[in-house]
Amino acid sequence: MRPITYARAADAATAIAAVSADPGSAFLAGGTTEVDLLRQNVLTPRHLIDINDLPLNSIEPQPDGALRIGALARMSDVAADPLVRERYPMIAQALELGASAQLRHMASMGGNMMQRVRCSYFRDAESPCNKREPGTGCPAIEGVSRGHAVLGVSEHCVATHPSDVAVALAALQARVHTQGPGEETHAYAFDDFFLLPGSTPDREHPLAHGELITAIEVPAVPVARRSLYLKVRDRESYEFALVSVAAALSLVDGTIADVRLALGGVATRPWRAMHAEDFLIGAVAQRANFEQAARVELSTARPTPMNAFKVELAQRAMVRALETLANGSPA
Amino acid sequence: MSAQGPALGERQRAAIEERGPGPVGVTLSVNGEERSLEIEPRVSLLDALREHLELTGAKKGCDQGTCGACTVRVDDRRVLACLTLAMTCEGREVTTVEGLAEHGELHAMQRAFIAEDAFQCGYCTPGQIMSAVALLEEGHAGDDAEIKEWMSGNLCRCAAYPHIRAAIRSVRDGQRR
Amino acid sequence: MTATAPPAPAIGQSLDRVDGRQKVTGAARYSAEIPLHGIAYAHLVGARIAGGRITAVDAGAARAADGVLAVLTHENLEKIASLPPLLPSLAGSAAPGQTFFPMQDATVHYAGQPVAVVVADTHERARHAASLVRVRYEESSSVTTIDQGRDQAYEPEAIFADFIPGRSGRGDIEAGIAQAEALVQGEFSYAANHHNPIEPSATTAQWDGDELVLHDATQGVNATRLTVAALLGLPITKVRVVSHFVGGSFGSKAMIWHHPALAAMAAREVGRPVKLSLTREQMFTSCGHREEQEQRITLGATRDGKLTALRHHKLSPTSPFDHWAEPSLGVASQIYGCPHYEGVYRLIRANTMTPTFTRCPGEASGMHALECSMDELAQQLGLDPLELRLRNISDTDPATGHPWSSSGLKECYERGAARFGWHDRDPEPGRRREGHWLIGTGMATAGYPVYQPNNPQRARARIYADGTAVVQAATPDFGTGVATVMTQVAAETLGISVDRCRFENGDTDLPNISAAVGSSGAGMISAAVHTAAKALRDQLVTRAVADSGSPLHGADPATVTVRDGVMTAGSDAESYADLLRRNFQPDAEASGAWMPAEATEQYGMMTFGAQFAEVAVDAELGLIRVRRLTGAFAPGRVLNPKTCRSQLIGGMLWGLGQALLESNRMQPRTGRWANSNLGEYLIAVNADVPDVDIELVDVEDRIVNPLGVKGVGEVGQVGVSAAIANAVHHATGRRVRKVPITIEDML
Repeated sequence: MRPITYARAADAATAIAAVSADPGSAFLAGGTTEVDLLRQNVLTPRHLIDINDLPLNSIEPQPDGALRIGALARMSDVAADPLVRERYPMIAQALELGASAQLRHMASMGGNMMQRVRCSYFRDAESPCNKREPGTGCPAIEGVSRGHAVLGVSEHCVATHPSDVAVALAALQARVHTQGPGEETHAYAFDDFFLLPGSTPDREHPLAHGELITAIEVPAVPVARRSLYLKVRDRESYEFALVSVAAALSLVDGTIADVRLALGGVATRPWRAMHAEDFLIGAVAQRANFEQAARVELSTARPTPMNAFKVELAQRAMVRALETLANGSPA
Repeated sequence: MSAQGPALGERQRAAIEERGPGPVGVTLSVNGEERSLEIEPRVSLLDALREHLELTGAKKGCDQGTCGACTVRVDDRRVLACLTLAMTCEGREVTTVEGLAEHGELHAMQRAFIAEDAFQCGYCTPGQIMSAVALLEEGHAGDDAEIKEWMSGNLCRCAAYPHIRAAIRSVRDGQRR
Repeated sequence: MTATAPPAPAIGQSLDRVDGRQKVTGAARYSAEIPLHGIAYAHLVGARIAGGRITAVDAGAARAADGVLAVLTHENLEKIASLPPLLPSLAGSAAPGQTFFPMQDATVHYAGQPVAVVVADTHERARHAASLVRVRYEESSSVTTIDQGRDQAYEPEAIFADFIPGRSGRGDIEAGIAQAEALVQGEFSYAANHHNPIEPSATTAQWDGDELVLHDATQGVNATRLTVAALLGLPITKVRVVSHFVGGSFGSKAMIWHHPALAAMAAREVGRPVKLSLTREQMFTSCGHREEQEQRITLGATRDGKLTALRHHKLSPTSPFDHWAEPSLGVASQIYGCPHYEGVYRLIRANTMTPTFTRCPGEASGMHALECSMDELAQQLGLDPLELRLRNISDTDPATGHPWSSSGLKECYERGAARFGWHDRDPEPGRRREGHWLIGTGMATAGYPVYQPNNPQRARARIYADGTAVVQAATPDFGTGVATVMTQVAAETLGISVDRCRFENGDTDLPNISAAVGSSGAGMISAAVHTAAKALRDQLVTRAVADSGSPLHGADPATVTVRDGVMTAGSDAESYADLLRRNFQPDAEASGAWMPAEATEQYGMMTFGAQFAEVAVDAELGLIRVRRLTGAFAPGRVLNPKTCRSQLIGGMLWGLGQALLESNRMQPRTGRWANSNLGEYLIAVNADVPDVDIELVDVEDRIVNPLGVKGVGEVGQVGVSAAIANAVHHATGRRVRKVPITIEDML
C-alpha cells in the first residue's frame, strides 16, 4: 500500500469537495474492497476521505411507496430491515448470501454499488488488464476464466460484476442517487449506473470524480413481495456466485402477470434479463416457457471454453427460480 | 457534472484535518483502555493491534478479508480488522479476544471452546470466538443450519467446525453459564 | 528394573488441551508474534516469470523509500555455505524442501521464486518498498502443467528423496490381468492442492553476536536448526530454534523452505531482529504443494471378487531440482491381497517448486483411484462394495508378506457400517430423491502407514522436591495436541496426576525429537517420553528401596506401584517428594531415548479404517453437498480420545475438501497459479461441513512402539474423497474420475 493521508468528513459537501478537488483522492466507506485493493496496489489514491460519519445510513419509506436506502447503510442493516424483508425478499436474501457476517457489518450499500471485480488479473497489479491499465490487454480471455462473464463481455474485458444485491436491485429497477461538488444531485436509472465494458472497461460508472452516492431508491414493485434470490456456487457459503438469479413472479390464472428477473455471476454488470421478462409476460407459467425464456436471455452469451458451463447453468438456475415461485414456495 | 474547484478543495481538506502520510498520533480505545500510538494512516487496525499494541490475539491469516482470523468487535459489531484502517476506529470501542475474559474469568464461549475441543492449532480460534460471541448477540444461533451459515466467515483449516458448533450450542443453551 | 505399571489414570482420558487457555485468550504467541525491541520487517519479492533470467534489478526507489533498511537481491545476498540434500524431515537431518536456494544467481526456475528481500522498520514500509523493486527478466519457455510436459515424461529410478523406487511390482501383472474375469480401468486426474494453514509461515530471527535464535513456524525445530546451520555455515550449537505455537501446517511446515534462512541473513544484514512473514499469496509459492497428477489404474478380479491384478501408474510434474512425487502408490498397493501388481511413477520436469508433503501425501490420492475403482468393480460384479472389500482383506502386508503388527480393519468395516446404516442401502444408483436432491451413499477403505524414525527420539523427565514434574522434548505442537497427550503419558508413567506434570516443548534446547510428520508424532514422542519418565520412576523406586531411611527399604522394586506421587509396596509407602526432601535432593532427573526395534522390520505396520459418506446432489444445478460422514478407525492405543477424534474429524473434512472444493489452476501461459488466495482456493467453510461420526476400534499393537500408538493425523483423510465420489455415483449414476468434482462435472 502506498503512503496515504486520512481525513474524516463530517458532512457530505465537505467530503465531496475534498475528493473532487484532487484526482488522487478517494472516499473511504466500509473499506472492504478498497482497503484490500489499496494493499494490492490496484487502487492508488494518495488521500482518503472517510465518509463513515456522514448521516447517510437511514432506511426510509417514501410517500410514493418506494424505499430509500442511505448509501452508508450497512449490508447487514438493510438485510435485517423489516420493510426490506417484507417488500423485497430478494434484496434481503441477496445480501445475506453475500460475503460473510463480518463483511456485511462493514460494507455499505453505496460501496457495494462501487465494488470492483474479482478477476485475478485485475487484482494482480502487475498483470496486464484493460480495466486497470487501459490498452494493456485482457489475459483472462485466454487465461483462467471459469468465474468470468458470458454476457455483456467485450474483447477488452470479461470480468464478472461481483455484487449480489445489485442483481436484485437491477431486477427492481432501483435508482442510484448522487451528489456532486456543486451540491447538485442526480438520480441514475440502475441500468445507466453500470456501464458495459465495451472498449473502455476502466470506466464502470457514469460518475464524475468526487460524485458521491447518497442513496439507493427502490421503487414500489408489488410483485417483489413474492421474490427470491438463488445463488449457485461451489462452496455453500462465503463465495461469489458462479450464477445467481433474482426473480419475482405473479400469476393470474396460471398466466404470468408480472415478472422480474436479473442475473448475477455471469455478466459484466448486474444483468436485468429483459428478453426473458418480455417473453414471459402473458405466457403460461410452465416449465417449457421458463426454459424458452432462459434460452432467449442466454442466446447472446459469449463464453470461453472454461466458463461455457455457465450458459447452461444460468438457464437452469432461471428455470429453478421461476418454478419455485410459480409453485408458490419462494424460499 | 463536477465543477473543479481546487481552491475550495484545498480549503475543505484543511477544514477536515488531513493527517499523514507519515506517522501521526492516534488514540484508540481497546478493551476499555485508551491507547496512544504513532502510526501511518495506512496501518490497518489489525497491524495496529499486533505490531503496535502487542495485542496479538487477533490473527493475520490472509490480510485480504477472506479468512476471518482477524475478527474483532468495533462498537457493537464483529468486523475484520485487516480491512479496517486503524484511524477509522478513533472514537469507537475496539474489543479483541484479550478483552473477553473478565478479571481472569474466561467468557463462557472461551470455556466452551476448551470443553468441546473446538480448535486444534488455535490460530483461527480468537476470530472464531469473537465471531461466535457476536453470533449469539445477533440472534443467529437458532439451529445448526443458521450457525453454519453465520459462522462461515471464519475459516478453520483444522476443520474443527463440528466442535465449534457444539461450543456455540452449549453456550446458547446455557449449559456453561 | 521391572516395576509394574500403576493403574491408568491419565492415558486414554479425554483431557482438555493443556494449552487451551492460552489459545482461547489470545495469549498464545506464534512465530510472528514475538515482541522484540527494534524489530524490523522483511518482505519477499517473488519472480514474475516461470523460467528465465534476471537481466536487471533496479532497487533504487525501494532503497530510497522511507524506513528501508536493506534490499537484498542475488547481487548482494551472501552465498550459502552449503546446500544439504533433500531428506524427509522425519529422518532427523537437515531437511530443505527443495535442492535449491534462491538469490544465488540470476536464474529463475519458477514463478514466485524469491528474487529480493526488502527490510524496513515497519511492516507497511517493507511491503510498499517491495512493490518498488523493479526486476527485469529475459523469459524462456516454461512447462508448468502435465499437458505441456506430457511428451517429456520420464520414469525416475527413485522418487521421494530416493526412498521409493520409481517402479515396483510383485507377481506377474500380465498374467494377473489375463486371469481376471472382471476388469475395471480408469484414468483419474487431480488438481494441485495447497496446504493453506491459517497461520502463514513466519520466522523471527535474532542474532546475539554469532548466535542465532529463530522463532519459526515449523513441524520440527531441529529440522529448521540443522537446515539453517548448514545453509549459513554455522555450528549447530550456534543456532537455537523456538516454536511454542504453530498455527497449523498440514505439511507446509514439514520441510524447511527458504524463509528461515533468508530471515537470518536479513537480520544479520541490518543488525536488528527481523520478522519475515509470508503473505497468503506467497504461501502458494513458498512451501511446496500437492502436485497436479494423473493416475491410471487397471483392476482385475475373479467372478467372486478376489483381486488378481492391480496396475497403478502415476504421472506428475516435479521441479527442476528433485525427483519428487507424493507416494500415491504405496498404501494402494498394500491394502488388499492381490497377487499381481505393478506400480510406476512417471515425472515431468516442470517450472514449479518441488512438490511436498501435503496432508496424507499420496495415500489420499492413490487410495482415491483404487477405492473408486473398487466401487466400480463391485458394481460390475453385482457385489456390495463392502462385501467386495471384505473378500480381499489381507492378514499380511501384500508388499512383503509380513504379518500386520495389528489391524482391526474388519471391525472398522463392521462397526462403521452399523453406525452409518450401510446395510439398508439399495445398490441401484439414482433411486433416492428428496425434492431436488438425489441422495447417495458410498464407502471406502482407509489405511495409513506407521512411519518410524531412523534415529533416537529423546526426552527428559525431572521431578522436584514438591512432587511436581517437568517433562521435556523438542517437538513443537502444531495443533495435534501433542503437548496435552505427552503430559498424560508422562504423568501416568511417573505415577503422578496430570495437574502436577508439565510438558515443555518446541525448543532445540530440549531433547531432540525428529519433525513430527507422517502421523509419526504420537507414536515416537510418546515412546521417548515414556522411556524418560519410566527411567525417572525406576530411579526413584531404586533409590527408595535402597534407602535405609525409607519405609520402602528392602522392598522388591517389582512390587512397587506409584500413584499420585506415592510409591507403595504392600503397606509401606513414601512419596517421591518425601524421598527427595529427606535426602536433601532438590530434584531428580532422567533422560530417555527410543528407537524402533529391529523386530518392527518383520511386520507390516498400518493404521486401518473405513469411511462412509452420504451426499445430496442437485443434479439440475450441479450442487453436491455432503450430508453425513462416518469413519471407523483402529489407531492402536488412543492417548486422548478427545484430541484423537478432533484430528480424525479434521482429516475426514480434508477429504471432503479434496473431493469437492480444493483446486489451484496453473495458468499455462504465465506459469503462475491462478487461485492464490483464500477467496478462490476454496477450503471448506462451516456451512460445507456436516457433523462427523467417529468410531474408534480398539486394537492392541505390541510392535510399533512401547505404548502401541499408531497415529491419527492423516488416516482420517484416506478414502473420504473416494467414499464421496462413490456416493455421487450412487446418487446420480455418474462416475466422475477427477477431483475436485465440481458443478460443471454434474451438468
